[in-house]
Amino acid sequence: MNPTIAIFRRELRSYFATPVAYVFIVIFLMLAGAFTFYVGGFYERGQADLRPFFEFHPWLYLFLIPSIAMRLWAEERKAGTIELLMTLPVTAWQATLGKFLAAWAFAGIALAFTFPLWITVNYLGDPDNGAIFAAYLGSFLMAGGFIAIGTCISAFTRNQVIAFVITVFVCFGFLLSGFPMVLNLFSGWAPQVVVDGIASLSFLTHYRDISRGVIELRDLVYFGLVIGTALFACTIVLDWKKAA
Amino acid sequence: MIELEGLTKWYGRHKVVDDLSFVCRPGEVLGFLGPNGAGKSTTMKMVTGFVPPSAGSARVCGHDIRTDTLAAQRRLGYLPEGAPLYADMTPREFLGFVANVRGLAGARRRERLDTVIGLLHLEPVLDQSTETLSKGFKRRVGLAQAILHDPEVLILDEPTDGLDPNQKHEVRELIRSMATDKLIIISTHILEEVESVCSRAIIIADGRVLVDDTPAALAAMGDGDLDRVFRQITQDPARQGREAAA
Repeated sequence: MNPTIAIFRRELRSYFATPVAYVFIVIFLMLAGAFTFYVGGFYERGQADLRPFFEFHPWLYLFLIPSIAMRLWAEERKAGTIELLMTLPVTAWQATLGKFLAAWAFAGIALAFTFPLWITVNYLGDPDNGAIFAAYLGSFLMAGGFIAIGTCISAFTRNQVIAFVITVFVCFGFLLSGFPMVLNLFSGWAPQVVVDGIASLSFLTHYRDISRGVIELRDLVYFGLVIGTALFACTIVLDWKKAA
Repeated sequence: MIELEGLTKWYGRHKVVDDLSFVCRPGEVLGFLGPNGAGKSTTMKMVTGFVPPSAGSARVCGHDIRTDTLAAQRRLGYLPEGAPLYADMTPREFLGFVANVRGLAGARRRERLDTVIGLLHLEPVLDQSTETLSKGFKRRVGLAQAILHDPEVLILDEPTDGLDPNQKHEVRELIRSMATDKLIIISTHILEEVESVCSRAIIIADGRVLVDDTPAALAAMGDGDLDRVFRQITQDPARQGREAAA
């Protein structure tokens, strides 16, 4: 078996071997529901779409996704199993990719459990299912970005709490860079190119596009680049920590 | 075969392993001795590719551990110090995982799993969570993982540490039984272990080789008392190092 697949399977199982998976999925579904119905006004809007549902995903992910990524390397360091793993004939890249894919698949499973909402909105009205599919895709890609960043940060430390807090902080930065709150600081004086550049770094900007049903190549490329860069950085961190 | 050439490791300004060179051949059981902090574990971490050396090189069966890491790692089995294991897996799942990563498949995979499970008497705990295993069983699962792919080279960092006398005896028997066709390096600070399983002993302190000889010759230096030799040699490494080199 390919080592990446072996590691992927081990990691995915390990979520379900402990209560982590169940706690995460239940909390995720409860919060997603609460945001959609109470904060997002799903019924009050009187529109058959899932906008209120997807609107809150970035904020939901901000705190939930780091909790599934934080253990990926920190736990190996703490338990010493990293020595076992890295002396098997496996490259840092294969191990990182296997771990990342497992966490991403797990996030995908949690996301998939929101399907009753999709059914509900189809029962209540006649939504644009293509747009909903696109929004699911965008949400999944954004989760991948968060997880890749969390994987990388987890490689720095043996302490999962530190990995969690720093990941939340960094992801918050990625989200905010598309917000008027940050952009207004620049838009007064900086050239439009710079403002656009900062905005284009934001998860939010790219996610908004896709979640409104517009799948554009540049958004896909953006998330691909974020994931690829973060995972590559992770392998560098692993090599660097080895030598230190 | 394992070849170390000028292997050196610095941690910050502290030299942990200092220009270590030796060659070890199949059929040899090398006892790697030294006081705590002598650099035994660091040397093993470098030879197995977990920690890159600051200088020098290590080759496993002709494959340089830095430039040809995976080929070298395929040929060696390694039991890290303290036998770390994934707490959330059972021994069956864990050994299956290691077999998968090592690319064992089909009949060979089954055959190797059955062999190591039998050799290390793991049947009673195969489906028990690793977290709940006794120290002895954990160590045996670690050993099973190391010999799973029937490697040419075995590197065991304190394989009997924390085991009771019966378990120690069993592990030593196992090492002896594998010694004929493998190259085995064990680190230990239990001197009787060296006498009972090793064909060669290297004593290091402060990262340098002080003695490289057979256990019998070593014992002869102290009128049959290995403990005394060990203390004599390691308590003044600078002086003894010069004498050993002379």
